[in-house]
Formats: sequence, structure tokens, C-alpha cells
Amino acid sequence: MSTKEMTGSEIIIQALKDQGVDVMFGLPGGVLLPLYDALFKQNGLRHILVKHEQAAVHAAEGYARSTGKVGTVLVTSGPGATNTVTGLVDAMMDSVPLVCLTGQVPSSLIGNDAFQEADITGITRGCTKHNYLVKDVNDLGRVLHEAYYVARTGRPGPVLVDIPKDVLLSLGTYQTPGKNSAVEHKSYKPQVKGDTAAIKEAIDLIKKAKKPLFYGGGGIVNSGDAACTLFTQLVKMTGIPCSLTLMGLGAFPGSDDQFLGMMGMHGTYEANMAMHDCDVMINIGARFDDRVTGALDKFSPDSKKIHVDIDPSSINKNVVVDVPIIGDVAHVLEELIKHWKADQAQVNTKSLDKWWKQINDWRTKDSLKYTSSNKVIKPQYALERIRDLALETGKDTFYTTEVGQHQMWAAQHLCFEKPKRWMTSGGLGTMGYGFPSAMGVQVAHPDGLVVAIAGDGSFQMNLQEIATLMAYRLPVKCFILNNKFLGMVRQWQEMFHGERYSESVIEDQPDFVKLAEAYGALGLRANNPGELDDVIKQAYASDLPTIVDIRTDPEENVFPMIPSGAAHNEIILGPEDSESSENGGSVSSGVLV
Amino acid sequence: MTNNDKDDILRHTVSVLVDNESGVLARVIGLFSGRGYNIESLTVAETDHVENLSKITIVTSGTRQVIEQIKAQLDRLVPVRKVVDLTIDGPSVEREMALVKVAGEGEHRVEALRIADIFRARVIDSSNSSFVFEVFGKAGKVDAFIKLMEPLGLVDVSRTGVVAISRGAEGL
Ligand SMILES: Cc1ncc(C[n+]2csc(CCOP(=O)(O)OP(=O)(O)O)c2C)c(N)n1
Ligand SMILES: [Mg+2]
Repeated sequence: MSTKEMTGSEIIIQALKDQGVDVMFGLPGGVLLPLYDALFKQNGLRHILVKHEQAAVHAAEGYARSTGKVGTVLVTSGPGATNTVTGLVDAMMDSVPLVCLTGQVPSSLIGNDAFQEADITGITRGCTKHNYLVKDVNDLGRVLHEAYYVARTGRPGPVLVDIPKDVLLSLGTYQTPGKNSAVEHKSYKPQVKGDTAAIKEAIDLIKKAKKPLFYGGGGIVNSGDAACTLFTQLVKMTGIPCSLTLMGLGAFPGSDDQFLGMMGMHGTYEANMAMHDCDVMINIGARFDDRVTGALDKFSPDSKKIHVDIDPSSINKNVVVDVPIIGDVAHVLEELIKHWKADQAQVNTKSLDKWWKQINDWRTKDSLKYTSSNKVIKPQYALERIRDLALETGKDTFYTTEVGQHQMWAAQHLCFEKPKRWMTSGGLGTMGYGFPSAMGVQVAHPDGLVVAIAGDGSFQMNLQEIATLMAYRLPVKCFILNNKFLGMVRQWQEMFHGERYSESVIEDQPDFVKLAEAYGALGLRANNPGELDDVIKQAYASDLPTIVDIRTDPEENVFPMIPSGAAHNEIILGPEDSESSENGGSVSSGVLV
Repeated sequence: MTNNDKDDILRHTVSVLVDNESGVLARVIGLFSGRGYNIESLTVAETDHVENLSKITIVTSGTRQVIEQIKAQLDRLVPVRKVVDLTIDGPSVEREMALVKVAGEGEHRVEALRIADIFRARVIDSSNSSFVFEVFGKAGKVDAFIKLMEPLGLVDVSRTGVVAISRGAEGL
């Protein structure tokens, strides 16, 4: 460690560089002028100027989730800081590593209701993994190193550092980070290695299982590429069926025969039935979210549950498990595989064959099927074409989504072979996430094909970022599945509120093609299935940011569906099914996304 | 374990050692209010000036699962160094102090003093028509004392909340 005298602003820039930061997303303001001045005078740290601070956070999330690195945000005090709150909560819920630097009014004015003062550490205390208000410039370097360390280790999450203007201006000493930019922290020590006895217990359960199932979540992706490889290895080695959560897609190859598709509210029939009927559930890096479990009292009633999670508070929070293993997925799986091999452990193949027979039987329901049409574009068909034509480009393709029906169809119909190619707002369900998130992904992967799947409602929550895409020539392809509805709301109203479409019709929308053109971007439209391929190809061929207005069947619903409050085996497969259950009265309305 | 045991509401005393930095108490309290946990009593003070540590003693209640969650969630806070459940991690002692103001004259004054004597409460302020008692003990004893003072002219109470520590030679 060495120390050096610099201004607060210079310390920040140096600390970020020492943490390996190459880009940040932000927007300046009064109290940050000294820092932006220092930024102006240097090279090496790129700054992407967004149009709204919420978008800066989502862009940083996209950057982080597609790279595995920490995303960095820089915003001014007061409104700049408060505009980040939705993004921070989103990152907290989905365990995305971020550092958000906020400017603050000078220390002497804090507490005086100064111009653009907001108690942002108070506001974000509950929605950040940790936050800091730096009052002494000499603490700045240390706090920043700690912030990056806390953000990326353990269960990742957003960390906010609030920095008063006088701290930016004053001179202080900078401490370079320790080796591997690790920080020796007094109280924060995440556990990465799993308990060996528990791992052996898990192996024992798996060996004896007759109907085992892997339930993989975003924790595998967060743990890193090695974790995904080990997970895939374990699934292949044992021959056990595997389902993934919305956040886990890509942790195991989507085209593999052992993959049952996504589970949960809009998961496949076979995945949900397997969740319900399995006798050993192996949860790796998932958190028994209510959109996965459905009714807790009917959740997988006959299974023994193994749960691997780096966050001890995830254990027994929603579902009481039999074998908890606290640790990092990669570490735990490495050891599990090691012991499995050393023991020459075997699954019960006879039972497993029977189990597979049952699963393959469920598969014949083909629960993702839809009625195709040559008159109107079915959203599922649009996604298939977006997917297949993306494959033809041969480019590494990254998908982000907004929130709503289109998001669920995207999760069902796109196919993820690799981790970090799928960025969606899972925990918070933030409309307005997908488009700016794609911007961050494209910054991180300039040569990648970055596709945002949007709804017409969600897109309008952060569409101002077309300007940013133009400014930096980020050729994001945004496909709006335009049903002129807040579609997911409409679906629930149709199913649970007597088709009274209260405030979910959004016919008064801009001409998205002209809108794109107003920004200088490429705007395209497909009105019917015949136009679709051509439009998608044009979009992929263009090096401009592209907004594609795809007019889809406005009344299409997402199936399968487990209504909230129902059990996995009460899954509704299609419209015929949904009516019968409504008449039966077993399905109650619940709380929407 | 029967279903009933699972849903029983238990009362636990949890000791939390934290770095004494700004906002740490707000983090702990925010955790309880944000996740809907109960705080029956909470005390906090710096206990190690050199290491800059504070100890928070929280009395909380909930089902077994909720109590386990509370401890795990507390442990997740970055400035929290250690969380110990004094109710189940071994034997412990608990104490609380209260200052109890009683106003009255004649027989009531005499009776108040008599009861104070039984409870070994000390008079730390007195006027012609009032006393302030200082009473120590388990929360239950303090409760009982206050209850007995009610008919004798109880006008005000200040309680510290529970502090607790494990028995034996081990530190936290
Ligand atoms: C910021 C925010 N506000 C409200 C909601 C509630 N909500 C969930 S889905 C949805 C409709 C989204 O409409 P659209 O983007 O057009 O997608 P579609 O469902 O039509 O595909 C709404 C309003 C939300 N998830 N996020
Ligand atoms: Mg819509």
C-alpha cells in the first residue's frame, strides 16, 4: 500500500481506476462540478452521459450483469440521487453489483435543507447492500475500495457512496488498494466455502433420490462462469432433470435435453409438475421466490430440500429446507463434485428412468405452444423469429427485457446457451429497466448483438435514452411487442376482474417509427407476419440504434400460468383451462407483478 | 416438531455487536420496521471506546423461523460484527432499570416507600408531594413495581430497556 496527496476528485478517479473501472454512467450537477472537471482532464475512465439518472443505474446493471464486473454510476445530489432509487432497489432485489457515487451538498450545509440536498444515505439505507457518507477526504480512498469490495463479494448488491462537495475539493491522502484489490474488513466476511458435512449429506440424499430435480437460480450466474460450468457438469454427470428460475436462465444450456424450461408462474408444465412431484429438490443459488413457489403450503409437499446459497438469510426464509449449505456456488459445487467422484456415487438409475418417463409424458403437453396465425403477429412467433435470425448473424447475442407479457414470452421462447446473455428485472419487475439496460450491455460488448425486448408501455418509461444510444452510436436493437395494452395488467383483468380493462388500454401512443427518426435512429414497423423477417433482418443489418414497432395480437395471453395463491399442479395451460378454474372458484386474484 | 411448536411466538434477547459508525442504529431499526419484525425493547451504547464498538441488546418476538431470520438479517448488515442469541446460546442474565415518579400524600407516600423497600428501589429525588424511585431487576420485577405504584400516584416512568450478557467466563 502506498499513500499520496491529492484532491478528493482525483482520489475518486484514481480509486476507480485502481478498481479496474473502465466506464461509468452518469449525469453532472452543481456539487459534482469539481469531479467532472477532474474527469475532463484525464484519460482512461469513460463516462456515458445519460438522459435520466434512473437509466444510468439500469445501464450500469446491464453492464454488470453481462460482464460479471461491478457497474458504476455517478450522479449529483438531490434529484440526481433520488432518481437512482428505483434502479438501486432493482439491483438489490436481483443481486447486481453496483457502486453508485452521489454528490452531496457541502458538509457545512448538510441538515440545513440546502439547495438540492437530499438525505440519500437515509433514503437508500434499506435498498442498498451498504452505503456511506464520506465526511473526511482522507477516508475517501479506503471507503471506495471497500464499496467495490462489498458490492462484488458475497451476495452482490448495490453500494452507494455519498460525497459532499467540500470533500471533492479538499486535499487528502490516497491509499491504493491491497493485493487483488481485496479489503480486510472488520465485520463483513462472506462465507464462500460450504460445510463439508452438509455437502456429504446432500450427496447422500441425491444418491437415494427417486425423483430428484435441480432448481437453479441467478446465484449460479452471479457466482461466475466457473459455477455455471460446474453446475452443467453436475447435471450432466447425474442425469437429473434441471429447471431454472427467470434469473437463472443461461446457467445451463437451454437446448439441452435435460433442461425442462423455466419454472414458476409462467414456467413450463413439465418444470412445475416436476417441482411439485420431486422427492429431492436441489436448489442451487435460488431463493424460493413467491413467483416460483406459488402457494407455500402446497409447495413441493413430498420433497427433501437441499439449498445452496451464499446468503444465510435466504436459508429457511420462505421454505424450510432439510440440508442448507451456505457458500459460494462455485466453491460448493466444486467440492460436491469432488466428493461425488471420490465416493464413486451413483444415482438410482432405475427410478430416474421412471421419473424421466413421467417428465417426458408431461412434456407432450407442449405447454408453450400457441395458435399461429398468418394474419396477425403472435408475440411468441415474433420472438422465435428474433431469436432465429439473431442466430443467423453469428454474433454473440445479449437480450434484455422490459416487464410484462413480452418479458415472460421472451423467457419462454428465447433460448440461452450461456450465462450473462439474459438481463431482465426479476425481483422488482421494473418497467423501464430493459431499454437502458441494453445500453449498458452494448457499452460493455461493442461487437455484440444487443437486443431489447420491450412492451409498448414499458418502453415509454425510459425512451429518452434513444438520444444516448445515438450520441455514443450504440446500435441496440429494441423490439417493441406492441399490443397497445399494459398487457400483463389486461391479462389479469381478463382472468380475474371480469374483463373490465380499467386503465390498461394505451392506444394513444406515439408513432414509434417517427419517434426513432426524430432522434436520428432507425425506426421500423411490422404490421403482419409477412413483414416480420424482413424488418428484423433490416434491424440486425443496421449499425444504427433501431426501434422496431411490432404490432402483435393485442389479446394474446401468457400461458402456462400458475395464478398467485395456487399450487404448481394447479397450473393453467391455456384459455380453455382458465375458464374452468375460474368457474371452479379455486383461483383467486392476487397481487400483480 | 409439531405444527403448533412451529407457530409458537417466542421471546428472544439478542445481543448485537456493531461498529459504532453513523447510521448503524438506523440500519438495525430500519431492518426491523422494513421487514415487519417486533422490537419489544432495544438498548444501545458504546462498549469499547478503543475499538469503537457498540452493543445493541434487542428483545424481540416471533416464531422460531422469524427469530432465525432476524438473526440472519442482522448478520447481513455490513457493520454488524456478531449476533448472539442470549435466549438459546447458553445461560445469560438480564437486567433493566426504571425511574419511577410517584406523587401523593399521607398514607400513599408511606405505602410507596414500604413497597420500594421490598423491591430494593432507592429514592433518588423527593419533594413534599413526590418521589422518584430507581428500581433494578429483571423486566418482570420492574413491571411488577410499576404496577404496584399505579394506585399510589404513579405519574411518570422512564425505562432503560433490557441489557443482557451471557453467564460464565466467555465474552461476546
Ligand atoms: C414501474 C412499474 N410500474 C407498474 C408496473 C405494473 N405492471 C406490470 S406489467 C405492466 C404492463 C406492462 O405493459 P407493456 O410494457 O406494454 O408490456 P406487455 O405486458 O403489454 O407486454 C404493468 C403496468 C411495473 N411492473 N413497473
Ligand atoms: Mg403492451
